Amino acid sequence: MSTTEIARHWRLKAQRYQLVGEVCPHCNGKIFPPRDVCPHCAEEATQPPFRFSGKGEVYSYTTVHNPPEGYEESAPYTVALVKLAEGPLITAQLTDVANSEVEIGMPVEMVTRKLRSYGEEGLIIYGYKFRPQLARI
Amino acid sequence: MRDVSIIGIGQTPVGEHWDKSLRHLAFDALVAAKRDAGIERADAIYVGNMLSGEISGQAHLGALIADFAGLRGIEAIKVEAACASAAAAFRQAYIGVASGLQNIVIALGVEKMTDDVGSKLTAGLASAADADYEAIHGVSFVALNALIMRRYMHEYRVTHEDFAGFSVNAHANGAGNPNAMFRRPISKEAFIRSGMVADPIGLLDASPMADGAAAAILCPAEQAREFTDNAVRIKASALATDSLSIHDRRDPLWLQAAEDSAKHAYRQAGVGPQDIDFFELHDAFTIMSALSLEAAGFAERGKGTWLTGDGEISLEGKIPITTRGGLKARGHPVGATGLYQIVEAVQQLRGEAGANQVANARLGMTQNIGGSGATIVTHIFERADL
Ligand SMILES: [Zn+2]
Repeated sequence: MSTTEIARHWRLKAQRYQLVGEVCPHCNGKIFPPRDVCPHCAEEATQPPFRFSGKGEVYSYTTVHNPPEGYEESAPYTVALVKLAEGPLITAQLTDVANSEVEIGMPVEMVTRKLRSYGEEGLIIYGYKFRPQLARI
Repeated sequence: MRDVSIIGIGQTPVGEHWDKSLRHLAFDALVAAKRDAGIERADAIYVGNMLSGEISGQAHLGALIADFAGLRGIEAIKVEAACASAAAAFRQAYIGVASGLQNIVIALGVEKMTDDVGSKLTAGLASAADADYEAIHGVSFVALNALIMRRYMHEYRVTHEDFAGFSVNAHANGAGNPNAMFRRPISKEAFIRSGMVADPIGLLDASPMADGAAAAILCPAEQAREFTDNAVRIKASALATDSLSIHDRRDPLWLQAAEDSAKHAYRQAGVGPQDIDFFELHDAFTIMSALSLEAAGFAERGKGTWLTGDGEISLEGKIPITTRGGLKARGHPVGATGLYQIVEAVQQLRGEAGANQVANARLGMTQNIGGSGATIVTHIFERADL
């Protein structure tokens, strides 16, 4: 990977490491990823950042056996649409769970993991994945 | 705005053209269309293509193809809208003629996929999704469709087997299309037995990637008779967009852009779904067939697969779909597919569909879907002698 791509990933660090989105000042809708126009009410939505709890449940999932370039070493892996507790859906890999154990509605929580690497001397990209919620005592 | 007609069509067989480059495929379809229309020059050419930069290392396709085809000098640009590129290019050609700015215009779709197979091609296709929030998580294009399909099955209590009818119908029709990649029927049992690609998407839910090119030539309807006796009228052309990513959709199980573009097209043509004689939908995956039928008004929400039951989608049925094999059996050279659909619709309306002819076809509709539903282009065509 060329060094110019570093900036591209660096710009997203608040989203990738902390699930930072926004709350719409007009309709109170929770927005992830952040965007300048609210997807719920189409009003302008530039707001102080809002950090999502990282809790959610599996909305849908599948296994990737034939991965895109750059993801070969982790295949097969499970990807999911996760419905965050605050509302929005998010696309992410599931981790620390076998695909056969996943089901729709399963409670999950965000963790930070390696997303991909760009070869031996290349950058390693970290970001959110989701694992089954650990039991609370 | 002027009425616009199609006066010529051309296509290459869909398949693995190891011996042909991107430019040669485009040339073959273009020459066939020019010969069909009996024209030498055109005012413009719009080229639909998705992956030329990624796979062939070739951008700047408009000028390349115009030059290679002996049309050096004319207006030419590439139009890109993922798998909807070709129908989007056709719509640009339509706008050019309808507006009065251009007279004879070529719409061409071309895709050369087999020069790179495996993970690089998978990554190229995934670039139709949101790079920062979908593709970075290693989501392939098949996986995105699988995510929709699994939730659809959960929500509407539909089984994998219920989707079989779409593939069985497509393969039955592909058998009669000399340009189709797969020309053999499949059984429901074979569909059920086939292996998983990305659960719940099986091998026979997914269309094959391939090479191919298709082209159509447009001119003002009032001039069409100078070229041909069997021109086909463009009754409606509409393109609508939705969120690039599935997770941003208000309803991930509803193709809003399909509903929007279909409604707009029905209004332009002054018809409704009950008037459409056949529908070339975008069956890249069986789940897309169901969603497309629902959004375009042929089936109720969650009941798209029900239409496969009583032969309603077959050539003799109430709403024949994928009449020449669809993406599933004809093949899916992504950025060319929209023009294959249009070329096949023209063949139906001219009565040139051979073994696949829909009797008395008068109005045909095509729908080309880009990405997981972010760009959807709907066209309605009418036989001209009416
Ligand atoms: Zn809002």
